[in-house]
Amino acid sequence: MNLAARDIRHNFGRFVLTTIGLGLLLMLVMGMGGIYRGLVQDATLLVDRIDADLWVVQKDTRGPFAELSRIPANLEDRVRAVPGVLSSRGFVSTTIQRERNGQPLRMTVQGLSWPQDRGQWLPIVAGRALDRAHYEMIADESLKQAIGEKVRLGKDTYTIVGRTRGMTSPTGDSMAFFSVHDAQAIQFDLSGEAIRLERSARYERAKQIDLGRSQPQVIERSRGPSSGIPALGPPVISAVLVKVSPGFDPEQVRTVIAKWPDVSVYTSDGQRLLLVSGMVDKSRRQLGMFRALLVIVSGIIMALILYTLTLDKLHDIAMLKLMGARNGIILGLIMQQALLLGCLGYVVAYVVGQWVFPWFPRRVVLTPDDLWLLGGVVVGISILASLIGIAKALRIEPNEVLA
Amino acid sequence: MNTGPNKGDAVLEASHLTKTYGAGHTEVVAVRNATLTVACGEVVALLGPSGAGKSTLLTLIGLILTPNTGSIIIGGTTVFDNNRTQVNARRFRRQHLGFVFQKANLIPFLTAAENVRLAMEINDHPSRAAKRRAMELLEYLGVGGRADNLPSKLSGGEQQRVAVARALANRPNLILADEPTAALDSVRGRQVMELFRQVAHEQDAGVIVVTHDHRALDVFDRTLEMEDGRLRTVGNMTH
Repeated sequence: MNLAARDIRHNFGRFVLTTIGLGLLLMLVMGMGGIYRGLVQDATLLVDRIDADLWVVQKDTRGPFAELSRIPANLEDRVRAVPGVLSSRGFVSTTIQRERNGQPLRMTVQGLSWPQDRGQWLPIVAGRALDRAHYEMIADESLKQAIGEKVRLGKDTYTIVGRTRGMTSPTGDSMAFFSVHDAQAIQFDLSGEAIRLERSARYERAKQIDLGRSQPQVIERSRGPSSGIPALGPPVISAVLVKVSPGFDPEQVRTVIAKWPDVSVYTSDGQRLLLVSGMVDKSRRQLGMFRALLVIVSGIIMALILYTLTLDKLHDIAMLKLMGARNGIILGLIMQQALLLGCLGYVVAYVVGQWVFPWFPRRVVLTPDDLWLLGGVVVGISILASLIGIAKALRIEPNEVLA
Repeated sequence: MNTGPNKGDAVLEASHLTKTYGAGHTEVVAVRNATLTVACGEVVALLGPSGAGKSTLLTLIGLILTPNTGSIIIGGTTVFDNNRTQVNARRFRRQHLGFVFQKANLIPFLTAAENVRLAMEINDHPSRAAKRRAMELLEYLGVGGRADNLPSKLSGGEQQRVAVARALANRPNLILADEPTAALDSVRGRQVMELFRQVAHEQDAGVIVVTHDHRALDVFDRTLEMEDGRLRTVGNMTH
């Protein structure tokens, strides 16, 4: 006769409520683990998917994600000339926040080197990759914008032509993909008044130097767009992505480019390490600590629940002892309830989590390994938690029935 | 299971039992040099005022508490001697003893039938056999119709009958009952006492009943009285 099952049958409502409560607590532990895993995956998502062997960034920076990196766009051509380089493409990354329909619209703008890179490598779940050099964008579905919607950013309006799934930046912002030129236009957008003031200031400065006085055309040029003035140079990009030809060692190519005094070069693994160990490391560790604390709290709460359940049965346990029941029967009663509580709580956590986690602002990634590990931990804390109740049960004397 | 003594043989021989609590000037002698013999099929009443040591004597015989001195032989097996318990007390209790208390002390999350079955399954009886005997006992005690009810759905008298069924489940040599009728009205109380007598005679078990109810003394074969831990015989009844 299974005493644990019969006790649960008798106190079914209480057991269900306790299981739901424990399940919600375990859901937090599971969710925290999922956020932790999501953070790591988000951090390296782009690096993993973008199919680049090397990342060329501004000298002594850890860009373009960990910190700001600015390099001239023509660096792309210099890199392409290095032996062993199959292709190179410019890349722009910047996070912006605008307002749309009265709501904040925050996204990480990624510039793709159109036409070589149209975003065909992205996990597009609806629509298509970029077809035109300008005014098209691919947005992640977490941005909650539909295909065909038009989004005004800066002075231009962009049409959403594709939607990706699960493309978020290390900071948790939704990614949106544009051509490099459009990304630069968004990144360096200034208001009309700011441009007019800058041109006016430039004109005044040009007038005051000898060159300006002797070459009136220079003064006139300074009133025009920045791109029309050779000395000011083209807008900068964040990084150059390099694909190494088959048969060449990326490390060798990296060594060649790293000798240039104006850039730093990282392999994809190096870039991944920068992101995981640098940018998200503190968040990762904090989540890890919080997760460990939640596991401990769950264990303590489970122990208290099981101890209380045992206290409720002290008289019955004393009676069982008086009737001559072996300790195994009494241990089985408590341990089976603990394990059932833990296992059902885990199932509740998983089921409710599947429903709740997609609503979390950050991605929650539940990997089979993590789920198995948590399952093992739940079984472990169920057993540990039941030990206090068992210790109490073993100390009860049968003559307490007479009390 | 009772496979030991025959009718008339001693099922219990307790000699010179003493139990003290505390030490020095706080020492209380609960049972003082008590000697007692109960035969198979004999129903013995144990009377006495509160605090006389009746329940303590019962717990000593039931291997729930350990005497300071004396010896106990149950069904021919020496269970306590030379200041130590000679058997595995828990195993011996489940195999040879049955208990009934003032409160039925049924396991609240088990039905009446399951409470009786549990006593047998604890004693390694197969589940099917236990189920059959539980029903037989409950029918025998007049509560067969309440077999599937939880204790909370039973009256006090019905609960006590289930407790008696549980005590009988393993065909014990000795049944120890501590004020089993205290919570019952006089009619129900007498019914339970007569039940003990019937069971003792039919199953050849010895029964010791601690009671305050003098109205049902005619049911018993023998009456003992305790006072200040001392045990003395009051009378033998003739039936």
